[in-house]
Amino acid sequence: MKQSIRLFLLSFFIALPFTLYAGSIETYTFKTPEQEAIYKGLVKELRCLVCQNQDIADSNAELAQDLRRQTYEMITAGKSRDDVVDYMVLRYGDFVLYRPPFKMKTLLLWVGPPLFLLLSLFFLVKFLRNRPKTAEIELDKKQRKSMRNLLK
Amino acid sequence: MKKTHLIPLVVFTLLALLLYRGLSLNSRNIPSPFIGKPAPAFDLPRLYQKDQRISVESMKGKVWVMNVFASWCVSCRAEHVVLTNFIRNHKVPTVGLNYKDYGTEDYGEEVLSWLAQLGNPYSAIAVDTEGRTGIDYGVYGVPESFVIDKKGIIRYKFTGPVDQKAVIETLVPLILKLREEPA
Repeated sequence: MKQSIRLFLLSFFIALPFTLYAGSIETYTFKTPEQEAIYKGLVKELRCLVCQNQDIADSNAELAQDLRRQTYEMITAGKSRDDVVDYMVLRYGDFVLYRPPFKMKTLLLWVGPPLFLLLSLFFLVKFLRNRPKTAEIELDKKQRKSMRNLLK
Repeated sequence: MKKTHLIPLVVFTLLALLLYRGLSLNSRNIPSPFIGKPAPAFDLPRLYQKDQRISVESMKGKVWVMNVFASWCVSCRAEHVVLTNFIRNHKVPTVGLNYKDYGTEDYGEEVLSWLAQLGNPYSAIAVDTEGRTGIDYGVYGVPESFVIDKKGIIRYKFTGPVDQKAVIETLVPLILKLREEPA
């Protein structure tokens, strides 16, 4: 009895992620593999603005569904990747892109981390070089003897 | 002690301040790319008059507000009283964009009872069943309110439920200012 309950629970939790997945993504069919590739790339690059930390491929929010549909419709109508990106940015701003464009406003975002790393390395090297070397200590005979005794 | 020893401390303090500020920013307040641009055109059926339509074009010459709402949206209920008072006290023509409401194929039972219960301050309500006009306006979190001037240019966007503070400090002064502008 106990065995069967355990088995049931086990299979339940194994199956759970699949049931969640089954409902979430609609199946779109494309005319060409190229279109499908563009679509799949795009939905991974566009942010779901409701959940903010998910792309629209992962999110099951209503808005994400709508944006997937919009992307699908534009792609199958023969629009390019850039067309769709422009369309989304026009409406939702750069925030909709997971890879924000490089411009004055995003300068710190792009340049900041590598700059910070380089500066840290620079100071680290400088610090290590300038560190005063520990002076070598001269021992006299007596001290040597006691040292040897200690090390025995 | 050399001053260079202080550098890590200074850098750390600056970084901590920067990150601390980040904590208090509202990540839902995304700058709208629409400010200063023409309101995207729509031509949608009206909620109570199914055979009539409402468009941006028909609001030209007026300073008006477009408020995106839905009966399923809890914050819309919260802002409704504030919004209603604002609309009535300052006689602001306001188009409600009923965004992806339940059962909108038959023009929404839910939204009708919602309005019957809370009151209807809108001059007209446009029905956006599939949320396509919502996408055109970059709607990502209902409620949202757009202030549109006489020329049909979006001048301001408020994301989230309109509160009394926003009405007094932002919306009313803006509306009064925009009314002075030539059509």
